[in-house]
Amino acid sequence: MSFVTRGFSGRARERDPRLPPGQTLVQDWPVLSAGPTPRIDTAEWEFVIRDETGADHRWSWDELLALGVEDITADIHCVTHWSKLEMPWRGVSVDKLFENVESQYDYVMAHSYGGYTTNVPLEDLLDGRAWIAIEADGEPLDPEHGGPARLLVPHLYFWKSAKWVRGLVMMPDDDPGFWEQNGYHLRGDPWKEERYW
Amino acid sequence: MTHLDGNVLAGALADIFSVDLTPASARCTGCGAVAQLAEAMVYTNAPGIVARCATCDHVLATVVDAGDRLWLSLTGLSGIELRRA
Ligand SMILES: [Zn+2]
Repeated sequence: MSFVTRGFSGRARERDPRLPPGQTLVQDWPVLSAGPTPRIDTAEWEFVIRDETGADHRWSWDELLALGVEDITADIHCVTHWSKLEMPWRGVSVDKLFENVESQYDYVMAHSYGGYTTNVPLEDLLDGRAWIAIEADGEPLDPEHGGPARLLVPHLYFWKSAKWVRGLVMMPDDDPGFWEQNGYHLRGDPWKEERYW
Repeated sequence: MTHLDGNVLAGALADIFSVDLTPASARCTGCGAVAQLAEAMVYTNAPGIVARCATCDHVLATVVDAGDRLWLSLTGLSGIELRRA
């Protein structure tokens, strides 16, 4: 894609500096889906972190909210070349979930209702950089946007922000998730244009 | 017998991909159903094309198109039956 970046360089001063290379600003919020949309009632919703001992740390919907919901403003960057800037979100920091989880492992596989998976280094989920998001644009997350809850990791391409997230499994190695097995980059930093292998 | 190198595949793959695969029948590794690829449920509004089993939603195949490169995964299929014309 380097030729595209060079093509834009003549207009670099007009380009919004918040847009990573190869991205175009959108005002709407495109819906991407690789399968049927799961409909999960918050009364049945559950979030689980599984550590290397096999122990499960569980939160119901109310227990998640009790950890503290915070306001977030984030730019999101989809690998299909669109970005949305300054989007208002609400969610629970992943730091809160890991307060009582001990693990020596450095990697995480995020699992979703519906079977989707995506791998993320644990350090990309901590220190105020990732959330379990429950609202966007002032509304509860619509199922087609991943509601009732999705992972939000805005500093990585948006396929890492797993819709319908249901849990995290600690991993010793950076094993690839669904898209990462099928051509997409293991980490996906939009500022480095880490789109594909 | 020792293994052969990947060049041996070239002829076989050229033969396979010169035909239209959509009438081919294949077995879903999720539920075992055998169906034509043309009957799969295909989602294209995604970072890649995803074909799912019409019986059980299992992912049969994906195609990721990066322009100068393309990734094809058929890991959800076993025993693909192709018919010669
Ligand atoms: Zn099936």
